[in-house]
Amino acid sequence: MVTCACNASNDELTKQLDRIIDPYRGNPGGLIQVLTKAQNLVGYLPRRVQVQIAEGLGVSLQEVYGVVTFYAFFSLIPRGRHKISVCAGTACYVKGTKMVTKTLKDLLDLKPGQTTPDSRFTLEIVRCIGACGLAPAMIIDGKDVHGRLEPELIPAVLEQYA
Amino acid sequence: MKSLDELAKIKENRREALKIREGFPSATEKAHVMMCGGAGCISSKCLEVVDAMKEALSKNGIADQVQIILTGCMGPCDMGPVAIIYPDATFYRRLKPKDAGAIVEEHIMKGNKIPRLMYRAPGAKEPTPNVKDIDLFAKQKKIVLRNNFYIDPTSIEDYIANDGYAALGKALTKMQPEEIIEEVKKSGLRGRGGAGFSTGMKWAFTAAASGAPKYVVCNGDEGDPGAFMDRSVLEGDPHSVIEGMAICGRAIGAEQGYVYVRAEYPLAIERLDLALQKARENGLLGKDIFGSGFNFDIEIRIGAGAFVCGEETALLTSIEGRRGEPRPRPPFPANAGVWGKPTVLNNVETWANIPEIILKGADAYASVGTEKSKGTKVFALAGRINNTGIIEVPMGTTLREIVFEIGGGIPRKKAFKAVQTGGPSGGCIPAEHLDTPVDYDSLGALGAIMGSGGMIVLDEDTCMVDIAKFFLDFVVDESCGKCSPCRIGTKRMYEILDNISKGKGKEGDIELLEELALMIKATALCGLGQTAPNPVLSTIRYFRNEYEEHIRDQKCSCNVCELKE
Repeated sequence: MVTCACNASNDELTKQLDRIIDPYRGNPGGLIQVLTKAQNLVGYLPRRVQVQIAEGLGVSLQEVYGVVTFYAFFSLIPRGRHKISVCAGTACYVKGTKMVTKTLKDLLDLKPGQTTPDSRFTLEIVRCIGACGLAPAMIIDGKDVHGRLEPELIPAVLEQYA
Repeated sequence: MKSLDELAKIKENRREALKIREGFPSATEKAHVMMCGGAGCISSKCLEVVDAMKEALSKNGIADQVQIILTGCMGPCDMGPVAIIYPDATFYRRLKPKDAGAIVEEHIMKGNKIPRLMYRAPGAKEPTPNVKDIDLFAKQKKIVLRNNFYIDPTSIEDYIANDGYAALGKALTKMQPEEIIEEVKKSGLRGRGGAGFSTGMKWAFTAAASGAPKYVVCNGDEGDPGAFMDRSVLEGDPHSVIEGMAICGRAIGAEQGYVYVRAEYPLAIERLDLALQKARENGLLGKDIFGSGFNFDIEIRIGAGAFVCGEETALLTSIEGRRGEPRPRPPFPANAGVWGKPTVLNNVETWANIPEIILKGADAYASVGTEKSKGTKVFALAGRINNTGIIEVPMGTTLREIVFEIGGGIPRKKAFKAVQTGGPSGGCIPAEHLDTPVDYDSLGALGAIMGSGGMIVLDEDTCMVDIAKFFLDFVVDESCGKCSPCRIGTKRMYEILDNISKGKGKEGDIELLEELALMIKATALCGLGQTAPNPVLSTIRYFRNEYEEHIRDQKCSCNVCELKE
């Protein structure tokens, strides 16, 4: 889980972001690296974070926004504490992505892209996590792969994430 | 590292320490346990087995006499967690923490191997203890994955022990840049990212291009769904990629490399980062490598999730921190790559082949494979097949051998229907072509492509219209939107397929799909769009009857599509 700084004061957040920006100050080539680290810090990329990065690297705000909306990894809205990424690669698809997605939708009352009201889970569909040998699979928080899923196994998996 | 002697000394020392992994009992150590640490086995909880084993070793007071090493992917993911115990090379599969006690107390301490944990070939009465005798490994040939049974991916000494960095040493101290390029050309190596362009030619163009500095780039943005070969190489043997890139740096006159890896592969990034640090500490990256005056270093760039970034011009733009949109070629990266400078861009697997070619020579490498496709190819087997995982076979191996001999056939006695290669850019190959040798040209002739190496096996329960729709959905989602044939054309194709799959197809839809497909192939800006219609064209070519059935009879024989009554 990333360290969330969303409750930090504005000044504190500005300082922390500056520390991320400093090695790349004035260097537009570092944009993706800086955005990645900034999102890991804040949890998402609100407008004020984008403005500070644009000024720090010397690129326009629309260029920053363009990059943020181009790549699937970046988010403009807050996400839950735990991110469930259901794999929709080919191997998983032929072995039951539809079943996994349906089970999660029913259990969490969520559509892909949404977050539970208690901010516990965000559900998303991703393209191949490279665990094809364990299809169908999902990955939680970008690191824990849960494979060979069946509907009745999924509740126990979710229980591990508070 | 200032000289070849220094490297030879490290190799000699380490080799002695690793003799146990070649089958020689050791005076000081009882065993080396090579636990597969590939992503598949980690997901199957191999780390819990490691913990249990460490505990059992401590309990028996032999923790200092047994090493447990987490290796790269060994291949048979569905049998995970798997491990090899040296010196006797016993292969165990489907390990659980509760098996740790038996392995330590029976096998390691008393020498009694445990048959219930061994692999049993289909139909065989007796299990096969030794990894060398196991059928599905015996039919493979390992060049790219040469180290995955043998080394600890986090140890540069282990890599050196198995001839690591010897090729770089040879290239820097005994070869001229032109000789290196000539050797790579002569090997016949073709790009393993899927398009199959001659690697040596690419290097020669870049070496000849005017402009400085020049760059070396590794494409590790393995985006094809169903492909995880590059991940296995980066996780299991990161130094082989670093060494390959450094050799190219010398050949074309570059001092800086970039490895572009998907953010979805955190373990690959971690292992590569560690390998880069170790290479720098040992003077194998940095200034004046092997005292030759050659400087080279590599930076990691992490992809932020965009399939199109696997396309070379899009990847290069993404390295510069911008939206990863492709641009027209020419100019090719050889003339205008990263920051507009001459750049060689090769795929992870291509890089991992280079040290072998330089060290053992082009002729030895070219003796493997077919006339026009040399060497081996790593495939990721998945879908409706018994042995899922990573395999490496000589070019020219037939699909039948891969699916039925190495892959163990189709589970639950279902009938084979097709194998899908090349992901969203490739096609489906039906049963009547199972005896096709796998090489670039034969697969191309069938309307499929070699692709990066994903092989998804489909059985009789898979609806081909649904598969075509799956890939089109993927492409519509991942199209960057820059050119209209791809952005709008694939969307229209998807809508037609969606209608067909819902029983709302019309006469003439198949012909319309074909017409659109040819138009998109001819006019799209980059490889993503130009190949996007392939899954539709190849399924129409071989399974036209399924399309017709959906359209005329509103029927899906496989019961996959939800057709309206």
